[in-house]
Amino acid sequence: MTFLTFLVAIGMAVAMAIMLARLFAGPTLYDRVLAANSFGTKTVLFLLVFSALVGRQDAIDIALLYALINFVATIAILKFFRYRSLEIALAQMSLRRALDGEYEK
Amino acid sequence: MFYGISLTAILVALWLTLSGPFTLSGDYPIVMGLGVISIVATVALTYRMRIVDRETVPVGPALALFTYWGWLGGEIVKANLAVLRLVMKPEIEVEPRLVRVPADQRSGLGLCVFANSITLTPGTVTVDVEDDGFLVHALDNSFTDPAGFAEMGARSDIASDGKKASPTGRGDS
Amino acid sequence: MSAAEIFQHARDAISIGAMAVGLVFVIAGAIGVMRLPDFYTRMHAAGVTDTLGAELIIVGLIAQAGDWQTAVKLALVGLLLFLTSPTATHAIANAAHRAGQKPDLSHFKPKHPADAGSSEGQK
Repeated sequence: MTFLTFLVAIGMAVAMAIMLARLFAGPTLYDRVLAANSFGTKTVLFLLVFSALVGRQDAIDIALLYALINFVATIAILKFFRYRSLEIALAQMSLRRALDGEYEK
Repeated sequence: MFYGISLTAILVALWLTLSGPFTLSGDYPIVMGLGVISIVATVALTYRMRIVDRETVPVGPALALFTYWGWLGGEIVKANLAVLRLVMKPEIEVEPRLVRVPADQRSGLGLCVFANSITLTPGTVTVDVEDDGFLVHALDNSFTDPAGFAEMGARSDIASDGKKASPTGRGDS
Repeated sequence: MSAAEIFQHARDAISIGAMAVGLVFVIAGAIGVMRLPDFYTRMHAAGVTDTLGAELIIVGLIAQAGDWQTAVKLALVGLLLFLTSPTATHAIANAAHRAGQKPDLSHFKPKHPADAGSSEGQK
């Protein structure tokens, strides 16, 4: 039982290494963002397996936070590279909403 | 009001689950106090943003959504095995396709559930949302079966509408 | 054998099966991300691990969890991954599409040994 858990942890590490290789090799920006996102998912799984392996429940909380931050970071990176700024996008969004009259509804 | 009470109940359950034993000794008054403060702040903020409605607190369609997830799980397993077979072949042989999938869900939640289901089944990813449908990228010819998409669309429409939605599809707050 | 022992063995069996299959899926997804030819196709391989592999490993861990609180936390992580991973994948695909990345829609055929010398076969 413990051996299989250990094996899963090793497998996660191997998958993370492959994702790192794609992150450095990826020809386009989007390959890299995809690899970073997938790397984050595998980090979450690795943390969960690690917490089962050493019998500490704190790591599950860290994994929960990591999953949230991973999602937000992916969206933030994509948004930054689309608009080249984070505040312009927000300003455009609220302007468009005001023009559409969304607030009156 | 009903949605506000359900949101509060869900948040209380979440806080109690995440923050250790249910005693009031030692440091736990501080933990419980912080919980009360954050729950009250969250509910007040969501009320002020006026987003407490049927879409953001989906307790109405919850049962239908869970049964839909059961069906979706089977589809995900099937599609996963197909992708696995394609990926692990000694030589890569794929034929990517871009297809348009018509979407006629009645509510915004239905559209969201449908698009997310298409992305969740490996082999098909929603690339863009257009006026009357989605632009879907498929890994291989075998994933672009219109009947399969139609069935998934009908099921997600039923799942997201526990009761009949308003015909405008905007949700009733 | 008592009922508690049978329950314990069933839990172990579920845990071992789910975690082994999930490990296979995660490794296969990582290999697919390395092997597939084009960004849009790689996205599908990453989706394999994000959906089934992660959920199966979490199910395996739930089956061997000690108390209910750990199990609920693990289920919460699973729900979070289940909800956010398609959204993130769609965001990446949509950003690439809006930025003008064209998907390669040619037929990627394996090279046949007979026509390895000619230029046929790859495209």
